[in-house]
Amino acid sequence: MSTLTQPEFVLGLFEAAPATFSSLRQLGKESFYAQGLPALKSEEYKFTPIAKKLENSITEFSPAEQVTISAEQVKSAVFPGFVGVVLVFSNGYFIPGLSSKTEGLTIHSLSAEENTPLGSIADAAKDPFTALNQATFVNGIHISIAKKVSIESPILLLQFHQAKGGQVISPRIWIEAGDFSKATFIDYHISLDDAPYFVNKVVEIKGGINADLTYHSLQQEHNQVIEVSNLVTDIQKDSQFTSTQITLSGDMVRNNLTLNLLGSNSVGNMYGIYLLNGKTHVDNHTNVDHTIPHAESNELYKGILADQSRGVFNGKIFVRQIAQKTNAFQQNNNILLSEDAIINTKPQLEIWADDVKCSHGCTVGQLDEEALFYLQARGIDKITARGLLLYAFAGEVLDKIEVESLQKYIVNQIQERLGSNF
Amino acid sequence: MLSIKNLHASIEGTPILRGINLEVKAGEVHAIMGPTGSGKSTLASVLAGREEYEVTEGEVLFQGKELLPLSPEDRAREGVFLAFQYPIEIPGVSTTNFLRTALNQVREYRGQEPLDAVKFLSLMKEKMALVEIDQKLLSRSLNEGFSGGEKKRNEIFQMAMLEPVLSILDETDSGLDIDALRIVSNGVNKLKSEKTATIVVTHYQRLLDYIVPDFVHVLYKGRIVKSGTKELALELEEKGYDWIKEEVDSTATV
Repeated sequence: MSTLTQPEFVLGLFEAAPATFSSLRQLGKESFYAQGLPALKSEEYKFTPIAKKLENSITEFSPAEQVTISAEQVKSAVFPGFVGVVLVFSNGYFIPGLSSKTEGLTIHSLSAEENTPLGSIADAAKDPFTALNQATFVNGIHISIAKKVSIESPILLLQFHQAKGGQVISPRIWIEAGDFSKATFIDYHISLDDAPYFVNKVVEIKGGINADLTYHSLQQEHNQVIEVSNLVTDIQKDSQFTSTQITLSGDMVRNNLTLNLLGSNSVGNMYGIYLLNGKTHVDNHTNVDHTIPHAESNELYKGILADQSRGVFNGKIFVRQIAQKTNAFQQNNNILLSEDAIINTKPQLEIWADDVKCSHGCTVGQLDEEALFYLQARGIDKITARGLLLYAFAGEVLDKIEVESLQKYIVNQIQERLGSNF
Repeated sequence: MLSIKNLHASIEGTPILRGINLEVKAGEVHAIMGPTGSGKSTLASVLAGREEYEVTEGEVLFQGKELLPLSPEDRAREGVFLAFQYPIEIPGVSTTNFLRTALNQVREYRGQEPLDAVKFLSLMKEKMALVEIDQKLLSRSLNEGFSGGEKKRNEIFQMAMLEPVLSILDETDSGLDIDALRIVSNGVNKLKSEKTATIVVTHYQRLLDYIVPDFVHVLYKGRIVKSGTKELALELEEKGYDWIKEEVDSTATV
């Protein structure tokens, strides 16, 4: 048995935890000890040996300290053409001085908001990394959107990461959106250099009735980064929540996305792209819980995998007995560009109601050689033709990104990589 | 313009073409006919550069240049155009977008300036009229959900845009109703000139009422076994291919 499943190594993290939220941290710690890190045979982490990866790559299990970020760094990190609110973080610490504001949006450091019911949405007992974050997060953010407020411009969470000693960064984000509110978030992680670190992030989103919330997440850190991200949201009556998860790089990345549909006429959308090369390993686990009748979930994840990259997709749809008239759709399509690339895809439908519409499908294939020849026969060189085809494959998901500047940025990033014989 | 000498090609070790000889001059229309499985489409594919086929012997000169060592894209840039028997559907790529990429790569190869969006659009409008194709269709995903006729019209539209020197029409008539056949043939006829040539691969004579060939060749068992004028096509229409098969097979046994 790996030494890491004995969680002594995290002692440093526990010792360094701030004094705030003491009872919550204590619960997190207990929950973590009860679960331990996922063992190799753990069903939930079967294809993603994260404990082993941490053991090999993370040298110092202590929190990464805040690093100084300049206004210029912020400016150059923001997507060209972006107009909206920018919230800046350094290794998980919120930096109010570099952040902007807008009416209807209230922002506080978590340390100043000790009444925040952290852990009420993301259950520490369900995931060891959620528990670890709950016990050891250093400082995070509390975002609230007032009732009936529609924030038209997107809110960019700019998260700068740098850990010279290969340490742990534990961002914690709490968002609560009032009834009839609307907001779009962009969670963007940026590495400041190429030293390894471990990001263990938890995002909780408490939506109000008739709210319309979107959470875009862009992972484009360097290839030594290990990351576990947990995003959990409660979706109330007549509400809509949309998540897009774009992963372009990293060493080993695990994204857990959980949507709890708690009110009728609610809609949950889960979209994702993973464009992987080298030895990048990305695991998307999604979980939508239909707890009430007349709700809908839509899911579309697309993967392009080159070299020795590895992808994992596990999409769970849980329809409770009471949740009649559920509509749940799931699709995962993959293109493998090399013989050494691997995808493990698993739809997991558990349906207890008898009057529902559910569908799922997954495909794994190669690039269509016939289509490639067709484009070449019209005078397009092979690399461009390949890029066109792969871009078209990913396009269906890219179309879901409604923030123009973000969409443009991602399109450029993807085209650049696909155009370079990715 | 095109000179095929003793061309042999096989797929997965099975020989399909077994010594094709063909001379095509500028301004000419050649029809390649023959029973199913005789190698007609293989010949078209080999000329366009499809990789599954292995050329085992022979050579092809196109405007004095060796064609076979060139990549499919370079053949297209040199002026070879293949209208596909089964045009491919490509979801997510619009005809307009893909064709602009193609045209500009072809132009670059030929030392011409790339076309900007405005000039491209006006060229497109001009060529669209040739094959009576709607702009809405062209802004949709390439061939996705197109009818058989629309796909074939799109092929000829692309041909019009790329202005090839040699056009190879691979069973462009198959599956077309009479109206679509007329539109497609009209397009091809308007694009003909003294500087260009056309090879029409077809199983049926019907197309040749519209695109009138100067020469008709019958392909059987990977060889051109008979050549003639358009009257040969009519004879084939009337008598079928059996008499040719018998003629060839009996000579072979002797």
